[in-house]
This record gives sequence, C-alpha cells and structure tokens, in this order.
Amino acid sequence: MIFPALFFYLFAAVCVASAFMVIASRNPVHSVLFLILAFVNAAALFVIAGAEFLAMILIVVYVGAVAVLFLFVVMMLDVDFVELRQGFLTYLPFAAVLGFVFLVELISVGVVWIVSPTGPKALSSPIAANITNTQALGLVLYTRYVYYFEVAGLVLLVAMIGAIVLTLRHKVNVKRQSIAAQNARTKAAAIEIRQVRPGQGI
Amino acid sequence: MSDVLQLSPYYALLPELVLVLGAMALLMVGASVGQSSTDFVTGCAIFLLLVVCLLVAEMPAEKLVLFNGSFVVDGFARYMKILSLIGSGVTILMSIGFLELPSRRTYEYVVLILLATAGMMVLISAGDLIALYLGLELMSLSLYVVAAIDRDNVRSTEAGLKYFVLGALSSGMLLYGCSLIYGFTGTVTFTGIAAAATQGGIGLTFGLVFLFAGLCFKVSAVPFHMWTPDVYEGAPTPITTFFASAPKVAAMAIFLRVALTAFPAIALQWQQIISFVAVASILLGSFAAIGQTNIKRLMAYSSIGHMGFALVGLAAGTSEGVQGVLLYVAIYVTMTLGAFACILAMRREGGPVETISDLAGLARTNGPMAFLFAMLLFSLAGVPPLAGFFAKFYVFLAAIKAGLYGLAVIGILGSVIGAYYYLSIVKVMYFDEPAPAFGPMRTELKLVLAVTGLFNLLFFVVPGPLIDAASAAAKSLF
Repeated sequence: MIFPALFFYLFAAVCVASAFMVIASRNPVHSVLFLILAFVNAAALFVIAGAEFLAMILIVVYVGAVAVLFLFVVMMLDVDFVELRQGFLTYLPFAAVLGFVFLVELISVGVVWIVSPTGPKALSSPIAANITNTQALGLVLYTRYVYYFEVAGLVLLVAMIGAIVLTLRHKVNVKRQSIAAQNARTKAAAIEIRQVRPGQGI
Repeated sequence: MSDVLQLSPYYALLPELVLVLGAMALLMVGASVGQSSTDFVTGCAIFLLLVVCLLVAEMPAEKLVLFNGSFVVDGFARYMKILSLIGSGVTILMSIGFLELPSRRTYEYVVLILLATAGMMVLISAGDLIALYLGLELMSLSLYVVAAIDRDNVRSTEAGLKYFVLGALSSGMLLYGCSLIYGFTGTVTFTGIAAAATQGGIGLTFGLVFLFAGLCFKVSAVPFHMWTPDVYEGAPTPITTFFASAPKVAAMAIFLRVALTAFPAIALQWQQIISFVAVASILLGSFAAIGQTNIKRLMAYSSIGHMGFALVGLAAGTSEGVQGVLLYVAIYVTMTLGAFACILAMRREGGPVETISDLAGLARTNGPMAFLFAMLLFSLAGVPPLAGFFAKFYVFLAAIKAGLYGLAVIGILGSVIGAYYYLSIVKVMYFDEPAPAFGPMRTELKLVLAVTGLFNLLFFVVPGPLIDAASAAAKSLF
C-alpha cells in the first residue's frame, strides 16, 4: 500500500517544517504553537510505526503539560526575545560544532545498529504479535513491576506534599467567595428602601 | 494470625504496607481536620512506628525475596530497619516541642518523616538498582522538604535548597553509575551483577565509582560531605537530629548491601575506594571540628568522622567487619539522639541557643544533664568503658584481622585527635564560669537523654544481646 508511505512523508515533512519554524518565527508564542504542531506530527509518526502508547504519552505529556507550561512562561514572563537573539551569529560556529557532533553520534549509532550482528537481538523480549503494546505494558506494569510502580507513586505523593507545604499560604485578608453566605442572603438583609426627597441626597 | 499471613508470600511486605497506609491515613486526617490535628497525628505516628517496629521484629528469620529480587528481607534488613524506625520514632518524639509553636503546627512534617522512613525501608530491602534508586529518592525528597519546613526562616530555606541541589547532583552521579553497571553486566539485580561481574573490567569499575560517589553523598563521607555542616546548621534542630540518625542508617545499610552482594568479585577495587573515603572522613571529621563554635556544625563534622569509622569496617569486607559496622551504626544512633536531646534543651527565654560557650558551667546549673551529656561526649570520643569504645574496637579489630594495618593506625590516631574537641566541650561544661541557666528541659527530652545516656554508660555490663544481634545480621549478608 502506498498510503502509509504517503502519510509518513506528510507527517515527517510537517514535523521538520514546524521544527524549523520553532526557531525561525519572530513571535515566541508562534514558536510554542509550532512546537505543539511538531509534537503532534511526531505522535502521528509513532502511530504509523505501531507505537500507539508512545504517541498518546507524547500528546498527553508534551502537548498537554510541557507545551502549555511553555506557553504560560512565554506569556507571563517579560522576556525580551529580540535581545536574546542578538548573539545569534557570534554563537553560530559553536552551535555548528555541537550540531556536527550530534550528527556524527546519530550516524554512528545507526551504522552500529545496521552493521552489528547482535544489535537487533538486543530487543530481548519482543511483545507477542497478538496484543497491542499498551496492553503489553499494562501486563507487566501492574504485575512484574508493581513494586516500582507503587514506590514511584509514593515519590510523587511526597513531591506533591512538599510543593504544598513549602508554598501554600493561608492569607488572612483575602476575600473569598462563600456560597453558603450568598445563598443565605435574603431580600430583607440585602436591600434597604429609603425615601429620597427631591433636591436632597441620602 | 501469623498462619493466615503466611499463606501469602507477600507478608514480608507487611511492615512497609502498614507504614505507608498509616502515613496516608494520617495525611487524610490532617488534611480534613487542619493544623489543629498536629498533636493527634504526632501521637499516632509514634504509635505507628512502634507497631511497624514490632512487625519487623516478628518477621521469620529466613531470607525472603519478592518481586523478582527487588525486595529482600533478611536478618540484615530487619536489624537496620529496626534501627532506622527507632531513629525516626525518637526524632518525632523529640520534635513535639518544635511543633508546639503556633506558626510551626504542620502535621505534614510528621507525615513526611513517616514517608521518609518508608523510603528508608525500601532502601534497606533493595535487591536491585531500581529499587535502590526509588528508595533513595523517596527518602531524600522527604528530607529536602523537611529541611526547608521552617519556610519563613532564611537559614532553613537555604539549607533545604542547598541540600536539594547537591542531592540532585549526587542522584545524577548515582544514576550514571547505575546505567554503566547495567550496560556492562546486562542486569540490575545485585545477585545478577555479582554473577556477571566476576571478571571486573574498567567500565564496571567506572560505574562502581559513580554509584559509590552517590552513596557517599548520602552518608556524608568525604569528599562528598560539603553539604553536611551547612544543612545541619541551617535546618531546625529536630530535623538535624533526624538527618544525623535514621537516614544515615539506611544509607549505610544499602552501602553494605551493594558492596557485599553485588560486587564481591571485585572487592579489591572497592576496598581501596572505601579505605580512602574512610581515612579522609576520619581526618576531616577530626580536624575541621576543632575550630567550630556552633554545636550543630560540630555535630555535623562529628557525624562525618563517625561515618568514616563505620566505613573502616566495610573496607575490611569480612563478616566481622560488617558486624562492626552494624554495631557502630546502632551505638552511633543512640549517641547522636542523646547528644541532640541536650542540644534541643539548650533554650533560653529568647529561643534556642547553639554556641558551645552557651554550655559554660552547665555542671553547676543543671548537674544531671551535664553528667549525661559528658558521658555521651566521652562515648562519641570512644573512651572506654563507654559504648562508643566498643563500637570503634570492633571495626578496628576487623580491619586488623583483614590486614589493613595502615587504615587501623590512621583511624585510631584520628579518634585521638577527635577526642580533643569532645573533651573541650566537657571542659567548658565543668570548669568554665557558668552562663545563665537554660529553661526547663521538656519531659520527652529528659527521657531520651536518660535512656541513651544510661545505655552508653552501662553498655559494657551486658554487651551480649546487641553484639549477638549484629553478628547474626552480618552473617545473613554473606
């Protein structure tokens, strides 16, 4: 079938283009929106590759949490992005070296994977063909690895308690909505009718 | 009851389950009632730790392994768990005075200590690198938060932040070490690593060094000790008490377990590292403490030195050495808790005082406290016939039997130098002109001081039970 290949090129092209726009666009809000577009396209690529769990996690974690967080930071903090871009040409050689190093590493990993006879065998326990990978993860996550899972849950609980203990302050002078008090208000308590004579104030 | 429980293989997990569920229940109580429930939560927490301690003590003697080797309960784990539970329980008891101030009524403090204790139990029972890391993070994350719990105090906040940043750095090193070890052995379980690591190799040694660096940070051994004085000084005193007692036990336990069950084949390599760390800790603990005027800072250097002495037993790498470490850790906990009971009692009308000169002439203003504190200091210095002497005696005996004469000689010299600053505090208490008397000592502090002081004083009369327990626990690791 030609459709999977077509969709692959579509998503890959949009992904690369939007990744380029993340660094190229002048408005930081546009950058973040392009970043979200790149994430969504990457998730679509995962779906084509058969890794639907990774795709959903990418959407939930990166689009749902990280990108929204970025958007908040960009909108709420007064960062001068024009000034940040000033040194672009000065740092370009350094960035080019870094990029080249990453490229070499990526190529060498790929070459090792293709050349090495043991490489593909390192996928030691492939999942059975008749279940999806979400199901396969679920089968081990709550059985074989339940201990790690629960302890990790406790670590997150501690993180939550810590964040609340260290930052929550009950301020005394803050006005809060009290629904009970609002409902208990009657016409008698809220309205006072006075006779105003012409030519005089209250 | 034990018959019913033995039907399930998971009953080995019972103490941890009770502790975690109890902590969550207390969290719910606190969250629904509010800060006025602090006293109730504190009382329940001490009771909960007592129950868990009994459950651990009631575990059968044989070795139990759960979850494909990530959870191990043996004699060693039981011994260390009981010690850290005692450390946590006594810390909560000693915190009652701290929690009484209206601005500090935080039940979360108690819940966090309970969760940190759960982390310690996971850590002590860890049978693979993932459980090790999760336990360590559960413990450390709670510690970072309690260090900063007095959040309006700049020093407490600074202590918490410093501890957090440096702790994150050490976690990074530890994880890097774990990943190297996994890469070179292909497994994360300690027994699997031991089977795969018979040849050793440069990559595995690299991983070992990074793993040990992370663990050294947690026991605050030189050269990863930098955080200790600042955090001990900055954190509120009851929390410093906690840092100095229970987490040290847990970190030392996992240090022993990793070194002896995962890397017995390359013992020659890690013995060199541990010997260096032990000598450096002993010497730094002895020399750097001399110039200190703040007693909490002094106790920080003292704890660095004591961890060095305990590591001498690990450097020996024998069953006797481990027995020495176990005995050392137990006696260290009692000495530390007692000494901090005295430091917590150093209060005048303006609040707590922390300099050594505030102790001047304590013998004339509060005789019993001065006597027991002096005994604890003699014990920390290792003067016979107090308990601290036996602790040092057993680790050095193991080091000499293992042929580490140089290490033993330097260690003994270090303990002589260290004795100077402990004795100078005794001199300040007994021979200096009296400073104004402290406020009355709280009952629970009196109790802790009396029990630990008398334990250290009278340990030589019946040393048998503790030494036997340590010996049995040490054998279960080999």
